[in-house]
Amino acid sequence: MYAFELVRPATVAEAVAALAEDGAQALGGGQTLIPTLKARLAMPEKLVSLGGIAELRGVTVEGDEVRIGGGTPHATVAHEVAKAYPALASLAERIGDPHVRNRGTIGGSLANNDPSACYPAAALASGATIVTNKREIAADDYFQGMFATALDEGEIITEVIFPIPQAAHYEKIRQPASRFPLVAVFVAKFADGVRVAVTGAAENGVFRWTEAEEALSADFSPSAVEGLSADSDGMIGDMHGTPEYRAHLIGVMTRRAVAAAG
Amino acid sequence: MPDGGIGASTKRREDVRFLTGKGRYTDDYNRPDQTYVWFLRSDVAHGRITKLDTSAAEAMPGVVKIFTSADFTTAGGIPAGWQIHDRQGEPMKEPKHPILAEGKVRHVGDPIAAVVAETRAQARDAAEAIEVDIEELPAVVDMRAALEAGSALVHDDMGTNLCFDWGFVEDNRDAVDAAIKAAPHVTTLELVNNRLIPNAMEPRVALGDYDQADDQHTLYTTSQNPHVIRLLMGAFVLSIPEQKLRVVAPDVGGGFGSKIFHYAEEAFVTAAAKVVGRPVKWTSTRSEAFMSDAHGRDHVTKIELATEKDGTFLALRSTTLANMGAYLSTFAPSIPTYLHGTLMAGNYKTPQIYVNVRAVFTNTVPVDAYRGAGRPEATFQIERVIDKAARELGIDPIEIRRRNYVTEFPYQTPVAVNYDIGDYNALMDKLIEIADVAGFPARREESAARGRLRGLGISSYIEACGIAPSNLVGQLGARAGLYEAATVRVNPTGGITVFTGSHSHGQGHETTFPQVVASMLGIDAGSIEISHGDTAKVPFGMGTYGSRSLAVGGSAIVKAVDKIIAKAKKIAAHLMEAAETDIELKDGRFSVAGTDKSVAWADVTLAAYVPHNYPLDQIEPGLEETAFYDPSNFTYPAGAYACEVEVDPETGVVTVLGFAAADDFGNVVNPMIVEGQVHGGIAQGIGQAMLEAAGYDENGQITTGSYMDYAMPRSNDVPNYKVDHSCVTPCTHNPLGVKGCGEAGAIGSPPAFVNAVLDALNSGGIKVDHINMPLTPSRVWAAIQAARA
Repeated sequence: MYAFELVRPATVAEAVAALAEDGAQALGGGQTLIPTLKARLAMPEKLVSLGGIAELRGVTVEGDEVRIGGGTPHATVAHEVAKAYPALASLAERIGDPHVRNRGTIGGSLANNDPSACYPAAALASGATIVTNKREIAADDYFQGMFATALDEGEIITEVIFPIPQAAHYEKIRQPASRFPLVAVFVAKFADGVRVAVTGAAENGVFRWTEAEEALSADFSPSAVEGLSADSDGMIGDMHGTPEYRAHLIGVMTRRAVAAAG
Repeated sequence: MPDGGIGASTKRREDVRFLTGKGRYTDDYNRPDQTYVWFLRSDVAHGRITKLDTSAAEAMPGVVKIFTSADFTTAGGIPAGWQIHDRQGEPMKEPKHPILAEGKVRHVGDPIAAVVAETRAQARDAAEAIEVDIEELPAVVDMRAALEAGSALVHDDMGTNLCFDWGFVEDNRDAVDAAIKAAPHVTTLELVNNRLIPNAMEPRVALGDYDQADDQHTLYTTSQNPHVIRLLMGAFVLSIPEQKLRVVAPDVGGGFGSKIFHYAEEAFVTAAAKVVGRPVKWTSTRSEAFMSDAHGRDHVTKIELATEKDGTFLALRSTTLANMGAYLSTFAPSIPTYLHGTLMAGNYKTPQIYVNVRAVFTNTVPVDAYRGAGRPEATFQIERVIDKAARELGIDPIEIRRRNYVTEFPYQTPVAVNYDIGDYNALMDKLIEIADVAGFPARREESAARGRLRGLGISSYIEACGIAPSNLVGQLGARAGLYEAATVRVNPTGGITVFTGSHSHGQGHETTFPQVVASMLGIDAGSIEISHGDTAKVPFGMGTYGSRSLAVGGSAIVKAVDKIIAKAKKIAAHLMEAAETDIELKDGRFSVAGTDKSVAWADVTLAAYVPHNYPLDQIEPGLEETAFYDPSNFTYPAGAYACEVEVDPETGVVTVLGFAAADDFGNVVNPMIVEGQVHGGIAQGIGQAMLEAAGYDENGQITTGSYMDYAMPRSNDVPNYKVDHSCVTPCTHNPLGVKGCGEAGAIGSPPAFVNAVLDALNSGGIKVDHINMPLTPSRVWAAIQAARA
């Protein structure tokens, strides 16, 4: 990696101030950024580590909501929400490997918005609220394409609020090398309808499969989506799968997620 | 016999240091005043260097010197160690492989310049400041296109991308053509043996040191064969006499073939250390390893098997394009030829065989030996085409193999080699037992109930190990002998140091070799130490590859110990005033037959070094012997493998549920280590068959340049294995009766896996003839879709 200055603020306010300076970039758990730096694919002048900010960590369950601090590692989420929101816990405990789960954070994952990341599917399917140092952003407004989000420069995710659904499941098929989702689907059933979010598949990143949502809102059973197929337009095509294969998998993963959610 | 002799599953003594972080690998070596080198590597596959200006980079902090090809005008190219002659008897095309690119770059990763600096980061920073312009040329990537008229040329002066067009056995060509034409049934299969990137856990490292006082060069390097490196680099590249060059290969963290070869980086650090007057160290990054370690496999093959209607094999014809990459790596020409063509008989008495291999230069990383080296490529074709023939002819895949097994030995194949011994039916019997083939139908039903397709795949394999009779390989074009050497030094108090030319980089020699010596002498294995990997210490040895260490290196040790015993008996006879012919050695004591007189091992060894009461008029003091062993034939390990998989027809995901291996390795010294070798080999074979593939796009860019896209097998990709090596037919021509076990798993497993997936699909009514490796979910799904269309 290239040389950079490392700043380690203790509070969100200090971090925001540090990020306001030219050439500064936030460092969460570093599970994407550090390998990028090691390959000399990025050249930040200053990294502002969010790892030492206590107020960014932690999970609380209040009524029908789970609130997760932006700096909370996946392993903590897996452990802390196992009872309140098992589908979310299950997603967290299947991200990467133990190293990634203990370093990588929910805020980092959502801020990066990798088109093959797991958390965006949970946030979008749950209708989560992304809380930053400045505002609250609905998940439906937050994800804006591959590696693109509603976040402004220097804006930090402080908390993510997940409404707890009546039933939910996250079904994924892994890309054999990276073990990121090749295609994964998060299905969440709420009193007012079903939300289905797809990750790994589309060039524009996570998206809601509205056709399936309508069918499942009417009848929450695998057979309700049996005849549905996603459109392969805009799907990722690479050595691990053609757009047609990914489109096909969306249907399979959705049916299996519904079956598992019960 | 003491504990820990031949046959004991002694725990690996080297693991204590490996598992506690105390191993001493090449990167752990640092010399005073050391500098670091970073190689500026080509980021295009093919191009002409139109500008190379290092002046700005030279002014960067910490830079000691920047090297280009202009600094190596007197050096030779990196040599090929094997010369193939083509069908017309002409020698292969042998382009120069310079240390640093001369005018042209020929693959992504080809080194253009080298920056030596005070720190690695400074060297890398300066390398980025080198101004280099490359006029990009069309990349030669596809082998078929490379051979078409008008293709761009990897090496302009050769006028062709064809390295050689080899026929084996050329005299069989017409007879095989005629037999195939006349046969009642011919099964044809076109297949790819996918290109692999070796990915040893320890990346390559080279540290060059030069001592001005005595004009001595030392190279510390991650090598499987330090003497071979000394010979190739000293004699052919840098013109350093061997007595002035020491090569040290300390603990090496895996090689799988990729650390056999002499690499440009080794020559660079050795030469540069003298030029800059300071040690020069290179440590490969993992990213560099993907584009600078020699790759493996990469064959495109058409195989035709002619049979009677009852499945009796009549003739076999194999036509292969073999990728050499941009330059000839050390043993590259021998892999698709003599390590591949000679194995095309497999375990079967096919009367007529002809193999044609065209080796092709492309703008890709050089390709060379990788675990199995030619033999997996041969086995895969044979075992796949047999399975297809069985399906076409309606014969059970086990039955068709049995009908054609070689059952009488020695057996002269139509492809030059002579199998000394084996029992392939016994191996298949054992396999059927350990794989519970009888219980398979019930397991298939259980899978079907869950909507999954279960398949059972069978393969047999034979390999030629114990490489190799020097006079034979010399006739075939090897530019080296392939014997092994050992020195056994008995110390005055009875402990022993064995200096071996074999090199352990994971095999466990420090444990198994003492077991052999301990059994011969009847002493504790713990008093025996193995020394290897340093040309200043060990006798000239050819190193470790081709499953040769125990069969060849171990035999050299046996010969040296035989000499030790003969001399020790003379000393013992003198001490006990008895006739030498009456002396017996048992449990570490010499005794006079028929008497109660005896002396201990240590009494004799002490007498050898304190020769007060000693037959000085008959023998010299001391107890140290050296032996060279040159095998009279290859060894022929064989086995029968079964793989059981489940296919999810909706997603194409394949799960390996079971894998059984029945191997005949001859006598086994350490069953636990043998089992571990088979486990690792199968994991690599499943890796090739299910996960791994090096990809290049049409511009010659590597599309699998990191673990994000190159899929290595993980522990949960592979099942618990059932491994058996109780079927033993001891090798007839080496003193230990051993055959070698290092590559078997990687050779026998890919066809078993692919056969299993195809069995699952076809038995489930999805008619698929073949899927090229790796059988990723997307490929399996696409094959299912095509079958249903």
